[in-house]
Amino acid sequence: MFAYILRRILYAIPILIGVNLLTFSLFFVVNSPDDMARMNLGVKHVTPAAIEKWKQERGYDKPLVYNHSAEGFKQFSDTIFFDKSLKLFVFDFGSADDGRDIGFDISQRMWPSLAIALPVFIIGILFNITFAMLLAFFRATYIDIWGVVLCVVLMSISGLFYIIGGQYLVGKFLHLVPISGYDTGISAIKFLILPVIIGVIGGIGAGSRWYRTIFLEEINKDYVRTARAKGLSEPRVLYKHVLKNAMIPILTGAVVVIPLLFMGSLITESFFGIPGLGSYTIDAIQNQDFAIVRAMVFLGSVLYIIGLVMTDISYTMVDPRVRLS
Amino acid sequence: MNISLNSLRQSYWFAPSITVLILAAIIFGVPLFMDIKPIYLWTDRLIFILVAGIIYLAAYIRRKPHLRTPWSYVFQSRRALISIVILSIYALLGLLDSIHYQKPLSSDNNETHYSVELFSSLDVVLGHLHERVEKTYSAPFASNLFAKETLADAEGKQYRDYPRLEYGGRHLDKPDEQLMSDIASKSLEGLANGLVTSIIIVLLVLLMIKTTRQKSMFLAWQGLRHSRSFYSLRIVLMTAVVLILMASTIWELSFYYHVFGTDKVGQDVLYLSIKSIRTGLVIGTLTTLVMLPFAILLGIMAGYFRGWVDDVIQYLYTTLSSIPGVLLIAAAILSIQVYMANHPELFESARDQADLRLLALCVVLGITGWTGLCRLLRGEVLKLREMDYIQAATAFGVGHFTIIGRHLLPNVLHIILIMVVLDFSGLVLAEAVLSYVQVGVDPSTISWGNMINGARLELAREPMVWWSLIAAFVFMFTMVLAANLFADAVRDAFDPRLNRSTT
Repeated sequence: MFAYILRRILYAIPILIGVNLLTFSLFFVVNSPDDMARMNLGVKHVTPAAIEKWKQERGYDKPLVYNHSAEGFKQFSDTIFFDKSLKLFVFDFGSADDGRDIGFDISQRMWPSLAIALPVFIIGILFNITFAMLLAFFRATYIDIWGVVLCVVLMSISGLFYIIGGQYLVGKFLHLVPISGYDTGISAIKFLILPVIIGVIGGIGAGSRWYRTIFLEEINKDYVRTARAKGLSEPRVLYKHVLKNAMIPILTGAVVVIPLLFMGSLITESFFGIPGLGSYTIDAIQNQDFAIVRAMVFLGSVLYIIGLVMTDISYTMVDPRVRLS
Repeated sequence: MNISLNSLRQSYWFAPSITVLILAAIIFGVPLFMDIKPIYLWTDRLIFILVAGIIYLAAYIRRKPHLRTPWSYVFQSRRALISIVILSIYALLGLLDSIHYQKPLSSDNNETHYSVELFSSLDVVLGHLHERVEKTYSAPFASNLFAKETLADAEGKQYRDYPRLEYGGRHLDKPDEQLMSDIASKSLEGLANGLVTSIIIVLLVLLMIKTTRQKSMFLAWQGLRHSRSFYSLRIVLMTAVVLILMASTIWELSFYYHVFGTDKVGQDVLYLSIKSIRTGLVIGTLTTLVMLPFAILLGIMAGYFRGWVDDVIQYLYTTLSSIPGVLLIAAAILSIQVYMANHPELFESARDQADLRLLALCVVLGITGWTGLCRLLRGEVLKLREMDYIQAATAFGVGHFTIIGRHLLPNVLHIILIMVVLDFSGLVLAEAVLSYVQVGVDPSTISWGNMINGARLELAREPMVWWSLIAAFVFMFTMVLAANLFADAVRDAFDPRLNRSTT
């Protein structure tokens, strides 16, 4: 088990190097730091001195990968590649355009993100499994057919409309909870209710339909027929046998996203004014703060890979037949 | 060798080639006889290629029973047929909007000057919507502007009121009293027009049935109403009639009112919504076109050659898919933005830049999207290569690439088809979100995402400016829902494993 996890982590390293090289080439090779400086300072009427100053403030005035003027190890370490890309591996993200430390910001902002994403994830999964179970129980009846149509309709609505619609309803008629903002501690709950509900509703369509397919695939297997032949009631068959066996494909989709919950959701957070990582990213994109975008890309792929390893481990827990090798 | 015309006619490529040639002659030939300057944007050219590809593919599918049979299931499903009709109308509007030209302004000394503004053949139809620009926001069917302005009456006295619109409801003297009755009478007029059109179409269909089946008109009508063999045709006709009635009502009203109101700069929202169709279609289809060659080639190669080829390709797609999609797209688009801002000399005009940005978005979306298909194809080919017929081909010494082209590709075609159709709706939805994050299409491109983004800022306004949102919602939702239902039908038809599980 331990050896397996170690090997998986070692396998993750070349992937992270790949991600690193990709972002490096996107941000520094396709466009030179000079280009970025010009873009940030306004393309026209920009002096070379201003560009130099901009680059120096951000540490972009070094050579890309190899420093001829330095000596020894510094030939490699005193470069943009070492400073901006390799340091990501030790989670040293550097500082943003406004001088704030990105690592510190991330550690502050991941909790509000998690406060929304985790409830959405858990409530969403429970609701979708229940709903899908219901559809599977009534399979091939009108309840099932129209339930699936409802799912497709829900899937066809852009996430933006769920948020806009929800905010409009609450802001105009219900006035139960504030439509945006955030607070620390226990008083944050009233700000979280609306985004969580909207997040869950937005996920019903795709989620329920996916789980329903999984359940239906299990229902046609032999052990289900055996269970029915033993005289078990249909709900018992579904909850005791089908659900347990369907956990394997469900886990594949679910566990991998758990670490990514820290990243939050871009549009939800920016619409509701939640100071999480999602709104952090969106602000960075809109202000063209490349250092933050780079950091988030790297962090995202690290979390994704952690999710993959967790998925493998969770397999062994739910399915004793699976051996890690 | 003696190639007769008959054997030529029976070959795979004859009929589609003729069709493509005729279409090409129309697209490239007609502008020569008119006083306009045709403009072929990059996305336009790719759309033409895509259309040609679809024509060839359709001809190929018609000849192959294993691909034709599932399609016949699709064409018997009511939901799929309705979706197909709706999607074809969207596709038609999008295609019309992809033939661009410039109008001549003036000519001196054999040199004609053309206007900078870009028109499409859709503007020929919707010209009246495009030209009638108001000052700023106005509600649907309004006769007055949405904001108060200082006006002067006949005696020069100033007062503040909602000014009359320049075009919407202009023909009315007293809009307050006449508005409702005028809308009703115009709608009825439109409905009547639609009814006449529908009746003509139905009569034409009956005539066709009559000539092919040699029956009387009455028997043809009976057959169309009840016969099992006309089931698909019946549903297509019914959908078409409903759509024609709706369209002709809106069409009639659009000459007198702004049916969906106007936006901040006074443009007709109905016009914007229809023009957005092209952007949505381009993103939904060209992304696939861009990604398919990579996904197919790499996926099949990984599965077929295995060994180090497989390792390299697997590493490639694992790396790409480990970056969360939105972030990868954001990073790529940001970097393309910087590149475009620093190399203005590469683009002839802002229009070219907007067009290439749209294409860049498709490429980026394609790069993030190809991994799923690639993985599926690899898995399928790993299974297929152990099959007897592939083993036999290898034993006979058939070359690798012949095996891939002849034996593997045709047998994974259904997977590609399902994935392409399934991806479409997600891509259209992604455009709106990406435009909101500002890594979507160029702000000057007309798209549903930009419409929503513009309307979002006005939500706090009292009373609310809701019509742009609703219009974008209606048009986008219709297309995505139709695409989803169609995709479901295609998947059910091609994937027998899933089909069986519904019993």
